[in-house]
Amino acid sequence: MKTRTHSARLRAAISTFTWTALIGISIPLSVGLGQEFDNFFEVEAQKALPEIKAVLSEPPFAPPPIERDFAARVVVELEVIEKVMPIADGVEYLFWTFGGSVPGKFIRVRTGDTVEFHLLNHPSSRMPHNIDLHAVTGPGGGAASSFTAPGHSSQFTFKALNPGLYVYHCATAPVGLHVANGMYGLILVEPEEGLPVVDREYYVMQGDFYTEGRFGEEGLQSFDQQKAEDERPSYVVFNGSANSLVGDKALRANVGETVRLFVGNGGPNLISSFHVIGEIFDRVYQEAGTTVNQQNVQTTLVPAGGAAMVEFSMNVPGTYILVDHALFRAFNKGALGMLKVDGPEDLLVYSGKEVDAVYLGSQASASSDSAQKLLNLEQQVQDAIQSDPQIASLTKEVQIEKGNRVYQQTCFACHLPNGVGIEGVFPPLAKSDFLMADKDRAIRVILDGLSGEIQVNDKTYNGVMPSLVLNDEQIANVLTYVRNSWGNAGDPVSVTDVSRVRAESANR
Amino acid sequence: MNNRQAWAVILTVLSLFLARQAVFTASGSEELLNHGMVLIPGGVYQPFFKGENDAPQREVHSYLLQKYPVTCGEYLEFVQANPKWKRSKVIRLFADEQYLADWKNDEDPGIETPGRLNQPVTWVSWFAARAYAKWKGMRLPTSAEWEFAAQAGFDSVDGSGEPAFVRDLMRKYSLPLPEIFPQIGQERPNFYGLHDMHGLVWEWTVDFNSALATGDVRNDTGINRVLFCGAGALGTVDRSNYAAYMRYGFRSSVKASYTIRNLGFRCAKDCSKAR
Repeated sequence: MKTRTHSARLRAAISTFTWTALIGISIPLSVGLGQEFDNFFEVEAQKALPEIKAVLSEPPFAPPPIERDFAARVVVELEVIEKVMPIADGVEYLFWTFGGSVPGKFIRVRTGDTVEFHLLNHPSSRMPHNIDLHAVTGPGGGAASSFTAPGHSSQFTFKALNPGLYVYHCATAPVGLHVANGMYGLILVEPEEGLPVVDREYYVMQGDFYTEGRFGEEGLQSFDQQKAEDERPSYVVFNGSANSLVGDKALRANVGETVRLFVGNGGPNLISSFHVIGEIFDRVYQEAGTTVNQQNVQTTLVPAGGAAMVEFSMNVPGTYILVDHALFRAFNKGALGMLKVDGPEDLLVYSGKEVDAVYLGSQASASSDSAQKLLNLEQQVQDAIQSDPQIASLTKEVQIEKGNRVYQQTCFACHLPNGVGIEGVFPPLAKSDFLMADKDRAIRVILDGLSGEIQVNDKTYNGVMPSLVLNDEQIANVLTYVRNSWGNAGDPVSVTDVSRVRAESANR
Repeated sequence: MNNRQAWAVILTVLSLFLARQAVFTASGSEELLNHGMVLIPGGVYQPFFKGENDAPQREVHSYLLQKYPVTCGEYLEFVQANPKWKRSKVIRLFADEQYLADWKNDEDPGIETPGRLNQPVTWVSWFAARAYAKWKGMRLPTSAEWEFAAQAGFDSVDGSGEPAFVRDLMRKYSLPLPEIFPQIGQERPNFYGLHDMHGLVWEWTVDFNSALATGDVRNDTGINRVLFCGAGALGTVDRSNYAAYMRYGFRSSVKASYTIRNLGFRCAKDCSKAR
């Protein structure tokens, strides 16, 4: 421009001079401090990464595949909760969990991501906990940086360098105990290009459990250290419970679809011989590495503290049973799951005759003919029981017997084995007007506990009874027992009664 | 009143006061011995967890230990007498923001709840526990003292040989934390007559962060490093003592200002001073 002013020219000159000076200084600087500069820029670049809050999923589901084609700063929040959950029908166990489920929540990130990890330990926890992610490169896998007291939280950051499917677990001493109580899960580091597309992905993780009672012994079970040391589990289960993948909770798929299972094994002791009855794994990523190194596999080993990825396509409808093919675990300790597949029959592939009747016989699904018949018969038996007063009274006898077991585990310490209590301290249950007067109130007392002044047989009691961790059936049974023992006579308390009162008191 | 008279009065009052204090202390410790405290005869304690530079054994001198953890009722008296330890007044450096979190307000632990005053006080920091002990003329036990007393079973000084005791211990750790804490003294006492050493609440010790090593910081004992994973089995005296693992693990996870829902304390006292 012709009318460029003097001052503008001056500014341009100064600017040129400044740039020259800056470059002149920065060249020797950057030569001398090259390493630091690189580091500085890398740290700055990581800070500049787009921040994404990780979507975690509860088993048996995996979070959706990652769509993005760039690295991100992924924020993961995982909360440790110690909670009582069923390990089998009527059997409860105090699990220590990552996120409230066993296995813990599934974490999915992409190779190259920077993961900002927050471990929160719920205030109701008895124990401190930490996390060792096998996906972390660095001493302890994050354990030392994440050691967290109850009611506190820790944060650490790692870069997901290696793609693969990795176990994470609590590594607080005694580590075997923390793992035996359910503290493990899976983290998938997707390769940059992602995994091949499939129709369905599921998250299944095996674990062995050591309880004082034998398999199926009812009530809240405590950890048995001797059995754990001897590696004699009472339970070997998928996803923390003998019932986690059966009936309504079975995995689902359709004929023609391809299924990918992320299979983990928390251990702490056993190696899994993972097998799906009636299926052949088309592709196996052995030990959850990144290449398909086997095709057409019947049973794949999943080490304790390890994982595998298996893929297969569904050709024939029906129910496929997931097992640890070390069969006594499947048959006697709970290592069973179900994959129900809907769709049209393909008689060329499969004629329709059941092959593995042993498993389907006991853990029957509703889809096979024989199972359907069995179900109908069972329903008829139930109906007959309800219409026949003689049999109905028998079920009361059964309730009393089961209730007796609950009572001798839970209640006798205060109310004494013969229900007489301790005068002035623990009210009697034997010939107790307070107990017999109000059935719903009795249910509430077990559910919510009771404190404050009460009158029992004309005596005043002013103590505290804590609420008890029993399921509805156990409460129904124990109340039926106490209401029909030691001179008491009353009608049975049903599971329906308890469920109703529980719902009412939850709504209040 | 001239100067000399004034001095006489002051001296008299002072000496009376001191004499009274002396009597009070003597009868006070008698009372403690009979009611609130029991004598733990000294002995040799094998630290469960041993750093590289630690002696394999430690001598524990005879000392007095409170039978029960400090209760809400007792702690209430403390904050009433020492307002700076009230919830709203406490210095954040000495107790985190959860301090006395389950109290209704500065001077109400929730007294309308039956038995509340007999529940163990929790949500207290190490600084607070230490201040309480000092105010009572006592101190916090060392980890060695505490562990030495806690290893007693129901019928002997070493519970590891009593199956009933070991089973009871594991059962306690298999229960979730109750919604409402039980009152103190509900469970069977141990050999020394101590109640609630296990299962009710964790307890502060004066050297909680040293894991019986000499250093002050967690790092220099290496406990963080070695208590993890398989490495946790190295350096321990008894690998199957899971309860001790848990206590050591717990102690090394906390800092002095932390307050936690199931962390309380009880006080100790030297034997020689008490007599």
